[in-house]
Amino acid sequence: MSQNSKIGAGLGGVVLTAGAIAFGAFLSNRHQNRGYDDAANHTKRQPEGSNAQVGRSVTIRKPRAELFAFWSDFSNLPQFMENVEAIEAGADGASTWRIKAPPGQTVAVKTEIASKKQDELIAWRSVEDSEIETSGEVRFEDAPGERGTRVSLVMAYDPPAGALGRAVAKLFLREPQVQARHDLKRFKMLMETGEIATSARTRDETRAAKQENG
Amino acid sequence: MRALTWHGTNDVRVDTVSDPEIINPRDAIIKITSTAICGSDLHLYDGVIPGVAPGDVLGHEFMGEVVETGSASDLEKGQRVVVPFTISCGGCFHCKQQQYSACDNSNPAEKQDMSATLYGQPMAALFGYSHLTGGYSGGQAEYARVPFSDVGPIVVPDHLEDDKVLFLSDILPTGWMAAENADIQPDDTVAVWGCGPVGLFAIQSAIVMGASKVIAIDRYPNRLELAKQLGAEIIDFRETDVREALMEMSGGIGVDAVIDAVGMESHGFAIDNMFDVVKQKVGMGADRASALKQAILAVRFGGKVSIPGVYGGMTDKWPLGAMMEKGLQIRGGQTHVQKYTKQLLEKIEDGTLDTTFLISHRLPLEQAAEGYKNFKEQQNEWTKVILKPGMEN
Repeated sequence: MSQNSKIGAGLGGVVLTAGAIAFGAFLSNRHQNRGYDDAANHTKRQPEGSNAQVGRSVTIRKPRAELFAFWSDFSNLPQFMENVEAIEAGADGASTWRIKAPPGQTVAVKTEIASKKQDELIAWRSVEDSEIETSGEVRFEDAPGERGTRVSLVMAYDPPAGALGRAVAKLFLREPQVQARHDLKRFKMLMETGEIATSARTRDETRAAKQENG
Repeated sequence: MRALTWHGTNDVRVDTVSDPEIINPRDAIIKITSTAICGSDLHLYDGVIPGVAPGDVLGHEFMGEVVETGSASDLEKGQRVVVPFTISCGGCFHCKQQQYSACDNSNPAEKQDMSATLYGQPMAALFGYSHLTGGYSGGQAEYARVPFSDVGPIVVPDHLEDDKVLFLSDILPTGWMAAENADIQPDDTVAVWGCGPVGLFAIQSAIVMGASKVIAIDRYPNRLELAKQLGAEIIDFRETDVREALMEMSGGIGVDAVIDAVGMESHGFAIDNMFDVVKQKVGMGADRASALKQAILAVRFGGKVSIPGVYGGMTDKWPLGAMMEKGLQIRGGQTHVQKYTKQLLEKIEDGTLDTTFLISHRLPLEQAAEGYKNFKEQQNEWTKVILKPGMEN
């Protein structure tokens, strides 16, 4: 491996970690609105390049308890979180998230549960000596009428390489806001339809296959 | 397999591409027996819909035989099915409202951003209709992979030949929904712009729904003749001032409902349309909406405007004043095909609706490129083209 590609891989790995950790992350202050209006913090206008907090809500036509139970088992998350290869539960209640990073590498990030409320909330954060500081929460609320459940994912992290890190993350299509949005959509698809939509014509053309081979 | 692929503006070819495979549990593979060229395929052919890539397999009106099923498909090998052009999961909020063409789950997550930016919310997926709508391979091919095969495809009885049921995939329900969106009442006079396949089916549907008079507007004598045979009165817009004529034909009131079955490449003579042609050519994203503007001016106060014609982006010089001052109801929409297939199949079986009168050409799949060219350039004679894989050249 040349020096350049090592640097590239290293940078990619770090940035990827930041992006993908997006999933692992939890933010406790989402509901402590700083503004005067009722909008969630992550929808506040932020200075250009600032990416400390991302979030998204989807409505899923399934009961709250069912969605909560599925998400509570972290080993389910790699099914719809594209960058997460595996999440292993540790003996101490912490989890190790194995994040895919090209070329063919994985980065490990250890997280612990910050808080959990049955059928309502799961929050997590990276442990103290992590390479990257990150936190996140997923919140489950009844949607009006028969619409099912409103699922909100909010994440925060410290970008490792500032604007450059964000640019590279974007290059790898792992820009956290985008990734969070796509992962939540895939979660919805999986829950509502039992599968995740792909327009591939052949198995070799699926994104998973391309990542394996690419 | 052999398939019609897009290569660029006015350039489609039949190529050999990889066969489709079962990927998800609810998939089925269909061996295609008949597939049509749709008027909206011409928007891709003309290069005015973004997000088409060289090599994409086109086609969204198709039917055939089930040859392979995923573990969660409820279809069986050997069944004959017609496949709706809208890909719908059946389980999301919109599908449960029977708004199938707004399905939340059929457009792959990573493809939703384009249309979310354009429309505020992402579009559902369609077969063979650009990466805005998912980038799925279409049905102008020997085989197609059909996702959510337990929701979309409708099994058709053996005694109904392909020509009678193929159009359940798109243009028949599209024409029907166009008439439904015009909220036709028994005493209504209805004007339909465009006597292409959707316009013709909208005319037939409006008559079945009990409109007292249907007026068809086009410039091709043969297409106007087909409208006349259905029972419509006709106007050739090259010969006649359309608005004056409609005022006379509606006894000075104005028509009660208008249907724009033309869409964004309309060939009106209005001066603003000339600007729109130029802007569309240079990629400024302006849809040519001269038929729709004319329709809005011609409809009566309190009238109803239905838009089945395809528009992609923005238009300008919109008759906003007429819309507000006249108190109009305007409804558009991609067709919620799955909502209509069963009831329309019954109407085909009992003879209420005929789908065969507008078919002008049946070609082997290998001649698909010729079909596109003629369907675009000889609209008077080539009223509807069906492609048949395996048909002798």
